[in-house]
Amino acid sequence: MRREPPRSLADYTPLVFPALMLTVFFVIPFSTMIMVSFFRRDPAGFFKPDFVVDNYARFLSLFFGNVLGFSLMLAIIVALCCVAIAFPFTYLLTKQSRKVQTVWLVCLLSVLSLSEVIIGFAWSTLFSRTAGITNLFVWLGLMTEPQALLPGFGAVLTGMVYQALPYTILVLYPALVRLDPTLLEAARTLGASPIRAFLNVVVPALRNTIVATLIMVFVFALGSYLLPQILGRPQHWTLSVLITDQAIYQSNIPFAAAMAVFLVLMSLALVGLTLLVGRRENAG
Amino acid sequence: MTERLLRRFYFFLVGLFLAAPLIVVAGVSVNEKQDLAFPPKGFSLDWYAEIFVNPEWRKALVASILLALSAAAIAVAIALPLAWFLWRRIAPWANIFQLLGVAPFILPPVITALGFLTFWANAGFYGQPWTAAISHAIFFVTLPLVTLSLGFASIDRSLVEAASTMGADDRTVLKTVVLPLILPYLVSGYAFAFVLSLNEYIVAYMTVGFTMETLPIKIFNALRYGYTPTMASVSVFFVAIAALVFGLIARFGDIRRLLGAMSSDSN
Repeated sequence: MRREPPRSLADYTPLVFPALMLTVFFVIPFSTMIMVSFFRRDPAGFFKPDFVVDNYARFLSLFFGNVLGFSLMLAIIVALCCVAIAFPFTYLLTKQSRKVQTVWLVCLLSVLSLSEVIIGFAWSTLFSRTAGITNLFVWLGLMTEPQALLPGFGAVLTGMVYQALPYTILVLYPALVRLDPTLLEAARTLGASPIRAFLNVVVPALRNTIVATLIMVFVFALGSYLLPQILGRPQHWTLSVLITDQAIYQSNIPFAAAMAVFLVLMSLALVGLTLLVGRRENAG
Repeated sequence: MTERLLRRFYFFLVGLFLAAPLIVVAGVSVNEKQDLAFPPKGFSLDWYAEIFVNPEWRKALVASILLALSAAAIAVAIALPLAWFLWRRIAPWANIFQLLGVAPFILPPVITALGFLTFWANAGFYGQPWTAAISHAIFFVTLPLVTLSLGFASIDRSLVEAASTMGADDRTVLKTVVLPLILPYLVSGYAFAFVLSLNEYIVAYMTVGFTMETLPIKIFNALRYGYTPTMASVSVFFVAIAALVFGLIARFGDIRRLLGAMSSDSN
């Protein structure tokens, strides 16, 4: 059956339910959130309708500036670590047999789908004094006694790289699996070693994919809301953690909403940038 | 030779990094007493039984499974007609709904969660269990939407053409040709949404966190009050469910294709 434009109103029927659901339960909640970001906090309930910009004015504080700066820095480091580990890995993975690829993909998906609560709990156990990795080091004679490796920046970073790594690999996978194999063959025939061919042919050919992936992982890392809280100290809190904290524990939903609007704008700008980079890749 | 060794070593390191915390949690979960100890002291599967025997954990398990089953069903119900329409019709403006379906998945989850919190609070339904099901369905609608779009794209249009020249109307074509062809994609989409909904914390917490406990909420609450080995056994249980579901998808479908590799060109 050819694709054809809808001719009558009846042809639109399949669209009714999805359009209704997505509008009522995504567009409206989203708009509600923007609206609430101008409301005033109500200590007795959730919020009171109003029109104030106080919630946005609070962005100008040093505290908020610090949290924002830390969130951005952390997300950038996570993105760089993940792409640095995942790019060679995914490249090597696509050279494996179908079966090996399938097994790895199943494992990666299983880790990716894990709840942030479980990832946080698992790493806090691994970094703990009583059941942690330092016991292994003691046993090997590398340390004299076990110690806790958390809370700390290292623990937060490790947890977040763990969370984002499967995502990074799965984002890179389609581009690398479809990479024209003749490119590499040509390089090899001309006498390049595999590592040289990888660095001088594969990496430059996928430069835009790498940039787009960095941005995707950056946005993904910005969304981490529990790991900095479980594995870090209060100074390691990110914007997402702060939003959750304000919304639930401080019951200041209007301020949380204002920060969420800010986070949306930032993420959208970055996703837009990714699409732009992707378009250039397809054009070039 | 050295290259192969190096490659093996690299795979081993990545595998170890991904597996290490899970190995420790699996070890901790079989401790005989309520210790957080690794290697485990003694061996006992009691903490696994605890998930089903302890009324609180069982309640959370049932709540989580009901939520995931219904959220995934609603997500598929939204994605199927939308993906079918986009495949069947030329209506560029309808792509906006596809964009809306993908947006909650790309944006930081806390934003979607907060959107739902303000929405349900304003609508006066805050805390009702069904609000979590709808919220999760919207949050995860991307997954069936993506798998179903792939499924429709893989249908050979001449097959459908043949059916309609033989006199089948749209409805018959849909039922006898299209649906059977996309069934594997529908099942995978449902399964993806199910597993992710089972694991989801923040949206569930912001919609029903104060009235109902799903397993991730229960684990987090338990974590705040200290440690119990049931947290470890539940975590292992969740990894097992995810591995089982994705393993089944890989066994009966083509997971490489679902993740973006083309169907039959490489390897």
